[in-house]
Amino acid sequence: MSDERAALSEAEPYALAAVGEGLASPRDFFELLKPRVMSLVIFTALVGLLRAPGDVHPVIAFTALLCIAVGAGAAGALNMWWDADIDAVMSRTRGRPVPSGRVSAQEALAFGLTLSAFSVVVLGLLVNALSGALLAFTIFFYVVIYTMWLKRSTPQNIVIGGAAGAFPPLVAWAAASGSVSLEPLLLVAIIFFWTPPHFWALALYRADDYARAGVPMLPVTAGPDETRLQILLYTLFLVPLAASPAVLGYAGLAYGAVALSAGGWMIVLALRVFRRRDGEAAVKAAKSLFGFSIVYLFALFATLLGEALVGGLLR
Amino acid sequence: MSGGEKKPRPPVEEGVVLTPEQLRRRRARNIAIASVLGFLALLFYVVTIVKLGPNVLNRPL
Repeated sequence: MSDERAALSEAEPYALAAVGEGLASPRDFFELLKPRVMSLVIFTALVGLLRAPGDVHPVIAFTALLCIAVGAGAAGALNMWWDADIDAVMSRTRGRPVPSGRVSAQEALAFGLTLSAFSVVVLGLLVNALSGALLAFTIFFYVVIYTMWLKRSTPQNIVIGGAAGAFPPLVAWAAASGSVSLEPLLLVAIIFFWTPPHFWALALYRADDYARAGVPMLPVTAGPDETRLQILLYTLFLVPLAASPAVLGYAGLAYGAVALSAGGWMIVLALRVFRRRDGEAAVKAAKSLFGFSIVYLFALFATLLGEALVGGLLR
Repeated sequence: MSGGEKKPRPPVEEGVVLTPEQLRRRRARNIAIASVLGFLALLFYVVTIVKLGPNVLNRPL
């Protein structure tokens, strides 16, 4: 790296991309798709696909899943294009392809737009129009409503923006059945109400990062104690909501047992976050809740998936 | 200008010269794009067969 570039990289890392090196490897473009988020999207969408009524051909199901995954990835790429300035000042995100200079902002924009258009059109034409429209709305919601508007303007950013992350099972359900009903909307509601305690637990021990980047996350604007209260309230609402598919007859006993036991542990961890407010114990409690919240959502959807597979075998 | 003096040649324009690393990454990108295009062609072909089924042969000649 030349001296000029080294100086540039210290002053403003994401400006490196403006040098236009064209150095990006396929791996850098893959990173733009936020593969970890994408894997969760694929997983929840798979649950929506397999639980939807009617028989969908495996090739069509695969196509739907691929389009949903690519659409989610495209939204991630557009998010990285728009947020390169704040990503560059946050320790968690400064290694991303655009702020680190491996991919230029223009490349990320073109990549995101192309994949968005392709995923929506292919899903609409090869699977059905309803799922294509829902995927287009999901991408629009994540990129325009969340990334461009809410994220930098309100502490409710991840509450409302969480809807975008909640839609994949609904899109998949629509792809498989051509319609929408209460059951997939319940799945959407579970992810929607899971998002705030999940992200606020992370924001509690990353508040400095968000403050430096000027992102109005709840711990920055309302303080950590208010955030702890909100985490507890959302968790207390989430746990019975997550158990409701078993009560309403959409899911079996196994799901009910997992939802109640894992949900009970979520409440215990949220209470710990609420009580432990200082020092290392507070950070540890927030980290535990953040980590377990991922396990919790995974356990819920894995059980739904297991029940759908077992039900399919017994049919 | 006297005939005995030789004019220095202008430097040859070489344009942008890529480093071996840039060449390797460009090649990797090209292979990735080709793979995606090939996969899409295959996917559209298979989905066409799946959606049309036996009707794929049912067309006016």
